[in-house]
Amino acid sequence: MIELKKLSKTFESASGPVEALRDIDLTINDGEIFGIIGLSGAGKSTLVRCINLLERPSAGQVIIDGRDMTALPRAELLKMRRSISMIFQGFNLLEQRNVLKNVCFPLEISGVKKQEAEKRAGDLLKLVGLEDKADKFPAQLSGGQKQRVAIARALATNPKYLLCDEATSALDPNTTRSILELLRTINQTMGVTIIVITHEMKVIDQICDRVAVIDNSRIAEEGRVSEVFTNPQSDIARDLILPQDRAALDTAGGRQVRLTFDGLYSQAPIISQMVLDCQAPVNILFADTKEYEGVIYGHMIIELPTDERQADKIIAWLSNSQVGWKEEK
Amino acid sequence: MLSEMFYKLWANGLIQMAVFETIYMTVIATAFSYLFGLPLGMILCVTDVNGIRPTPWVNRILGFVVNFFRSIPFIILMVAMLPVARFILGTSLGNGAVIVMLVIGASPYVARMVESSVKEVGAGVIEAAQSMGCTNMQIITKVLLPEAKPSLINGAVISMVTILGYSAMAATIGGTGLGQVAIIYGHQRNNADITWICVLLTVAIVQIIQIVGTTIARKTDKRIK
Repeated sequence: MIELKKLSKTFESASGPVEALRDIDLTINDGEIFGIIGLSGAGKSTLVRCINLLERPSAGQVIIDGRDMTALPRAELLKMRRSISMIFQGFNLLEQRNVLKNVCFPLEISGVKKQEAEKRAGDLLKLVGLEDKADKFPAQLSGGQKQRVAIARALATNPKYLLCDEATSALDPNTTRSILELLRTINQTMGVTIIVITHEMKVIDQICDRVAVIDNSRIAEEGRVSEVFTNPQSDIARDLILPQDRAALDTAGGRQVRLTFDGLYSQAPIISQMVLDCQAPVNILFADTKEYEGVIYGHMIIELPTDERQADKIIAWLSNSQVGWKEEK
Repeated sequence: MLSEMFYKLWANGLIQMAVFETIYMTVIATAFSYLFGLPLGMILCVTDVNGIRPTPWVNRILGFVVNFFRSIPFIILMVAMLPVARFILGTSLGNGAVIVMLVIGASPYVARMVESSVKEVGAGVIEAAQSMGCTNMQIITKVLLPEAKPSLINGAVISMVTILGYSAMAATIGGTGLGQVAIIYGHQRNNADITWICVLLTVAIVQIIQIVGTTIARKTDKRIK
């Protein structure tokens, strides 16, 4: 279990101190895939680096399996890092070593015998589907293949935790999907707890169990992905979930209402029923459905008629229905 | 046509000897310069503000010493360092003393070459190594040096050519080699052809160093497909 307690990080810059993280409280449970999403500059990369202490927090604690990382002597910290692996947006493979030697690297560091290390590396390359590339060099691989090598390397020391810092941000959508699938497989078969840092909602959608939305150096919102997705509380979460250019839509100027459907209501023809009952037309501005844990969730933004009486009728209808709704500003 | 002097020197094996001495001094001096310059350059890199162990005072002092020696023209440095050679070797004459001078002159230069090569290693790779729990020593020996290897070899070629140039200058304080032949037999006895032959031989040596060095650097660089 990873616990972050009142974690803060301030950088000193030429133009004065810059607060990258402020009072972050988070608990990441064993075995889950935890997402941290935010826009660039929100502080998420700093946050993930505070977990393995690549960045030393200015205040607060990082407690991993009951041990306060910030209080560990350096030798202990280095040992602890072997159980917390990390993969990166830029892959960060050793360019002068071949694929097999790259995967062997963390084992070499921890003193595992060469033969044993190569055997383990071979097994891991099989796991990530690159056993035929063992003697290739990173420059000869595609982005997706490089990230697979990085994942194999990260798993070499049998880590308990895997930190993914924008690991799919440099990859195309198809490759992203296959890398995420691989991460999920690793989570399910090896029981590795995975922390995913991303600015893309679709990454969170695809593999995360829980998510924390970070904005302006703080946690804006945290919860199960299905909850945050269907009922985002913070502005930033809404921005991340909804398309950014929604505001540009040419609307008639009516009030806008967000409807959220959970598993029960996503099957029923709610909009049709509402329009028939109220005898008032609505304009659908946005709609999306997602499946979480086998249940369909969706949300939709509709624009009410400019006629206030008709609009009020719809609001009244919604209030009496079981559908979640909220007027948008 | 070639002067009589050339045939005399050639028959006595003086020119051949000079080529050998030039190469010998250059190679030995380069090796010793790296013995001091490589760790020095690595320390400069490691203790840099963005290095793996920022230590500003070490970095500043070393940087100052390196810059101090690099700013003295070699021909002046040589004369000034004669007592050092006498202290180390017991004599300030001969090729041994010249090699000491070359090493003093070239080590700071080599340190800067090494520093710039090692700084080319991506911050991301270093961060990855740190995330795996590497000690700083492991990062130096298993990440920085191997990853910078092709660039270090290219730097060594440049350093070696510079040292070869220095070695010719050392003729003015009694060093041997092609520089001495050019000055004594070419310049002082007014045989332009001998000067030019020394020039051509020097160019040939530099070319060979360059071609061999570049080939090795390219062969070792795995970034090239």
